[in-house]
Amino acid sequence: MMSYELIGISVLWLFLYGYLIIASIDFGAGFFAFYARLTKQDHLINRLISRYLSPVWEITNVFFIFFYIGIVGFFPDTAYYYGSALLVPGSIAVILLAIRGSFYAFENYGSKKNIVYLFLYGATGLLIPASLSVALTLSEGGFIVKQGETVSLDYWALFTNPLSWSIVGLAIVSVLFISGSFLTFYASRAEDHSALKLMRNYALFWSTPTIILALTAFIYLGQHNERHFQNMMDLWWLLALSVAFFMIAMWLLYNGRRYGLAFICIMLQFFSAFFAYGIGQYPYILDPYITIQSSATSPSMGFALVVVFIGGLCLLIPSLILVFRLFLFDADYVKGKK
Amino acid sequence: MSSLDPVLMSRVLTGLTLFVHIVLATIGVGIPVMLALAEWRGIHTGDGHYTLLARRWARGYVITVAVGVVTGTAIGLQLSLLWPTFMRVAGKAIALPLFLETFAFFVEAIFLGIYLYTWDRFKSKYTHLLLLIPVAIGASFSAIFITSMNAFMNQPQGFELVGGVFTNVNPFVAMFNPATPTKVSHVLASAYTTSAAALASIAAYSLLRGNKHTYFKKALKLTVISTFVFAVATVMIGDFSGKFLAKYQPEKLAAMEWHFETMKEAPLIYGGVLDENRDIKYALKIPYALSILAGNRPDTEVIGLNEFPEDEQPPLMIHYFFDLKVTNGVLLVAIPLLYMFRKWLPGKKAYPKWLLIGILALGPMALVAIWLGWFLAEVGRQPWILRGYMKVADAATTSPNVGWMLLLFILLYLVLSVSAIRVLTKLFRNKNAEEELAMLGLNSKGGSGQ
Repeated sequence: MMSYELIGISVLWLFLYGYLIIASIDFGAGFFAFYARLTKQDHLINRLISRYLSPVWEITNVFFIFFYIGIVGFFPDTAYYYGSALLVPGSIAVILLAIRGSFYAFENYGSKKNIVYLFLYGATGLLIPASLSVALTLSEGGFIVKQGETVSLDYWALFTNPLSWSIVGLAIVSVLFISGSFLTFYASRAEDHSALKLMRNYALFWSTPTIILALTAFIYLGQHNERHFQNMMDLWWLLALSVAFFMIAMWLLYNGRRYGLAFICIMLQFFSAFFAYGIGQYPYILDPYITIQSSATSPSMGFALVVVFIGGLCLLIPSLILVFRLFLFDADYVKGKK
Repeated sequence: MSSLDPVLMSRVLTGLTLFVHIVLATIGVGIPVMLALAEWRGIHTGDGHYTLLARRWARGYVITVAVGVVTGTAIGLQLSLLWPTFMRVAGKAIALPLFLETFAFFVEAIFLGIYLYTWDRFKSKYTHLLLLIPVAIGASFSAIFITSMNAFMNQPQGFELVGGVFTNVNPFVAMFNPATPTKVSHVLASAYTTSAAALASIAAYSLLRGNKHTYFKKALKLTVISTFVFAVATVMIGDFSGKFLAKYQPEKLAAMEWHFETMKEAPLIYGGVLDENRDIKYALKIPYALSILAGNRPDTEVIGLNEFPEDEQPPLMIHYFFDLKVTNGVLLVAIPLLYMFRKWLPGKKAYPKWLLIGILALGPMALVAIWLGWFLAEVGRQPWILRGYMKVADAATTSPNVGWMLLLFILLYLVLSVSAIRVLTKLFRNKNAEEELAMLGLNSKGGSGQ
């Protein structure tokens, strides 16, 4: 029997992965929409992007809130440490999310063709993953300092450490890579050949920096947190699997076939890497202050949360399937006939 | 900036975020119900005017939902960023409603997305209408869960506090505390009232600008009568809240009413000012009314503020919040009532200008009442963040940067509010209702819809 805190962290990690994928699609799409407008190619892809994004942008946001509430609920100590340390970066992330969410709605439902709105939307799409990835860096330890009862963030250590910059870089390029390959798939479903060509180029272009920065971040992790690095090395087969999926995806994209399968491979690539990273960090949530066991909420609350979670999933999964069937896999809708 | 007190700055920033969010949250809860009402009438009577009404409301609604989602995200994260100690301790008891809230929000988000993009996709018109049910349920349940968490902060129970740590937590006892029923029902009813009133204001505005089309008159009728029904319910539940306070949070009721000495046959004070000896001047005193509010009988004993230590007394200015809120509540019932009896009013016009102006004021009045109600509830439990257990001053972050964040957020909310209002007005100007009616071939007086 798994303990509830282990169920809790596994579920939350799964949700964070879910957020990583769908938010990447969303953030990247915003940037591509803006970039295409700048390079006067927007007529090729804007309709495609807005057809996909319009019904789902709100769901993306819920994934994020779900993860955040879940981790605070299962592990209240995280609220204390991360909350105290992250006041500034956290507030900035909130402000960016706010600008992005509302200006998306203003652009799409309100006044069309406002380049300022589109710029805000596109630029925040890259800044948000950068600011959110700071939390991952912090979990490695050495950046959050506790003196007496005061918890604070050591900005100097954070900004001078190559690990933080490589994680930020990895976050940005992964967003563009994931988003580009998803939109390639979506364009192929829509049989929109000009958009397909453009998006395929974007996806191929961003694949190289993604794999390079993933390696860089991994090396710097080894220098910063030996324990985490060793644990991940023990999970070498997961990392090897990740690279293999990446190769398959590249081969498919390059040869221009089976874009759906290519995107699934990319999802699996990130899935195995992300879980190798997460399992390697066990048992810490924040090295060395918070472990999964030390910070868990009371057993009765943990049990209640797990029950609610299972009940909630019974509601969520059918609803999500409905959304996908209506907007993602309905060929007529994707092509713009509905 | 950094030398300013982080506790005060945290309070101001939390208050500011809630001040902005509560408007959007209220509309978010109430509008789906109004949408369902209008769309249902449209399908049921075959009158295309109502369907168009629902469509136009839905278009504006998305904008408010979008901004509501982002301000909601802000308050969610600020809970931990600004009140880390509180979340660490109380998180053990209140995580359940927070978690449940995200599920309700999930359901709402999914089905709202579907609703907005499937107006013409289903064969049966009822299928589209049915999509609103999960939207409305999701929105209302978000409000229920989050309000129960706030109720817990007012009326904590379901745990034991041993050496600063919550033990023996019972999440369900914590969630269904004595404050939950009155708070939840008052929040829901007032959200429905405010949404109906805001839409009534829009209809009245169109009629005041000289649009004589029957479409606007139908909109007016639907929204004003809804406002009346919801407002009556809100006022009745408000009365229960008074009785709840008398029993469980007497210091809040006493501060609201400037009621210092414990006594029977207590009068209700309306308006007035306090001098430095706490003597009340220029106020309207309604004999026995406070006792009746507290316990339904004129001889109910109402506990006075003097029974509480000075550092646990809420600020006395909440008296004005209460008076103004109640005044607005009464007007929200009275003006729709006047509208319903308009045929018997003196004068010849069916829609006298003064009445339309009154209806125009309904939306803003309801909104102000919502703000005042929350000020009253939140300021009224000062100095506690967790009444009886933890004071606000012990819960806030110690970070010196809160002041700067406050500045940033002020700027953000200004930009968001101004842009949202601009986009909303533009949205309705660009495509005015009469053009749209003509486009849909709905210009005939009856408006058969097809």
